[in-house]
Amino acid sequence: MSIWLDSKSRILVQGMTGSEGTKHTRRMVASGAEVVAGVTPGKGGTAVDGIPVFGDVATAVEQTGANVCVVFVPPRFAKAAVQESVNAQVPLCVVITEGVPVHDTAAFFQYAQNSGSTRIIGPNCPGIISPGLSNAGIIPADITGRGRIGLVSKSGTLTYQMMYELRDIGFSTCVGIGGDPIIGTTHIDCLDAFEADPETDAIVMIGEIGGDAEERAAAHIAAHINKPVVGYIAGFTAPEGKTMGHAGAIVSGSSGTATAKAEALEAAGVRVGKTPSEAARLMRTIITGS
Amino acid sequence: MDLYEYQAKHLFDVHNVAVTPGEVCTTAEQAREIARKIGGPVVVKAQVKTGGRGKAGGVKLAADPDEAAERARDILGLDIKGHVVSRLLVTEAADIAEEYYISILLDRSNRSFLAMASVEGGVEIEEVAATRPEALIRERVDAIDGMTMELAQRMVVAAKFPVAVQQATAEILVGLWRVMTAEDATLVEVNPLVLTTDGRVLALDGKVTLDGNAHYRHEHHADLVDREGIDPIELRAGELDLNYVKLDGEVGIIGNGAGLVMSTLDVVAYAGEEFGGVRPANFLDIGGGASAAVMSNGLDIVLNDPDVRAVFVNVFGGITSCDAVANGIVAAMGELAARGAQVSKPIVCRIDGNNAEEGRRILTDFGDELVELVDTMDDAARRVAQLAAGPEGK
Repeated sequence: MSIWLDSKSRILVQGMTGSEGTKHTRRMVASGAEVVAGVTPGKGGTAVDGIPVFGDVATAVEQTGANVCVVFVPPRFAKAAVQESVNAQVPLCVVITEGVPVHDTAAFFQYAQNSGSTRIIGPNCPGIISPGLSNAGIIPADITGRGRIGLVSKSGTLTYQMMYELRDIGFSTCVGIGGDPIIGTTHIDCLDAFEADPETDAIVMIGEIGGDAEERAAAHIAAHINKPVVGYIAGFTAPEGKTMGHAGAIVSGSSGTATAKAEALEAAGVRVGKTPSEAARLMRTIITGS
Repeated sequence: MDLYEYQAKHLFDVHNVAVTPGEVCTTAEQAREIARKIGGPVVVKAQVKTGGRGKAGGVKLAADPDEAAERARDILGLDIKGHVVSRLLVTEAADIAEEYYISILLDRSNRSFLAMASVEGGVEIEEVAATRPEALIRERVDAIDGMTMELAQRMVVAAKFPVAVQQATAEILVGLWRVMTAEDATLVEVNPLVLTTDGRVLALDGKVTLDGNAHYRHEHHADLVDREGIDPIELRAGELDLNYVKLDGEVGIIGNGAGLVMSTLDVVAYAGEEFGGVRPANFLDIGGGASAAVMSNGLDIVLNDPDVRAVFVNVFGGITSCDAVANGIVAAMGELAARGAQVSKPIVCRIDGNNAEEGRRILTDFGDELVELVDTMDDAARRVAQLAAGPEGK
């Protein structure tokens, strides 16, 4: 088991014919993921490395049985691309695209909510990987293998760092949820899914400054999560009012600070590492007992 | 991007939200001219992106053009919470009967938008929310349906706006949603919205925040960027398309990925506590790919910051393998030398991840005495803090 992505996942890449789309399609295929289709409007009938490219998502789904969309299209086309995957009732849509206007994200998220058929991960995220089973996005598959830790993170490179630190233990599923102000899948969604997954024993949760998602996750952990959770929060040194790389990473006045998030998590019984390596050590102790 | 009041009110005007007439200026003479054009009493208002202008003496009434010039002279150059006033808005002095509050903002927690309205305007709204929450009406605004006239009317009734101004206020709420969507704003706030003694409902003040991700579809937003307020190194980094934020410490930071770079700042600050409070000098994310070209631009920017005493390059090779990253660092040092840059600051590198051993071998073979390799992020942070502090400590 794993969450949302497994060996039955059949991946469709929106924007497969673009340079990023082609590059990461090859990486996904090389890591053993089953990529069954590409979609680029106007390029139906062509192919990338023998994978058929269709002009629209509905046709691609009908012909290939794709059940996961990975979106690599430029920001200006992201809203239409996601809406297309929702219309085709694809259950999982992973939006890698960075720089999507937040009004577009709010609209396509609401659109997916209204339809009830599609979970969105991202935008501005590295995607989701269930090591050894499937890989939807850009997370390197060669860092680590299958294991029993679940990982949810707002940051791509911190996801890779954590996977690397715990590479000898391995992961059930790693989800990069993205650092934008509005994201389709939250820490809480992932925590619930990991709690229900019989093959996940413990959870690493990585957060950062901005918004109150981590505080809400802390309250949720206290009430609903029984598996051990280790946390890490980035951005203690971030100044007020400055966006730190991710569109959503901003301390506004006294809200969204790393200190408040770490304190909320600790109050909920989560062991919080001061550095990524310390968080990894805490998780190692939980899993190995030493 | 936060806008000045005059920019916000200009956008209101463009989208048919009623504002008090006025113009922006930078000198006392211009203020006199604008006051003459408006005729009658005016208000001279400091344009700064911070609250509490009134208390700081940044908003003054003037009865005639001469007095407007005098008040302008008083306010120009004033330091308001670290913001020096260089621009003034001269507006008609509305005869105010009542002050209200309305706003619409992005609601991250609920992944939609939130509209708020209160008849207690002209004061800090956080204060009203904290002390008299029942006086502040909050309504979710659906990202697809938007602020409908029906929702706006329901809000003004619930907030107990006087019947005579309900329709006008509801229309302004719908107008604010027009500003939100047409301009890709994440916040539009009017505090106060005023009822004048002659029965008009006007935005007396305005606050707008624009979404940087949407600049590509609004050409005119480039003109709204406030270059005066930006650190010169940040400006240069922006021209090179680097994701850079100037901070106040001594350790230059370069890393790949926003989360890892934020984390690097923290780890350096912790390590720096041991060395008299050494802190990061900047945030610089060169992106997941960490290419050589971007690396050399990044090193150039960071090494040329006079506050920087040592540099920490912290890269995790995920998508790009570490040998490519190491080659990027070597190429960057070569490029800097070719540009004639004199590099004299120590550079501590931690590269980890995919093909790390090969990457480290490349840097070791490079043999530049300024470049030092440390295996882990925590140890590298300690080392760079020590180097930045110098033999005597900070």
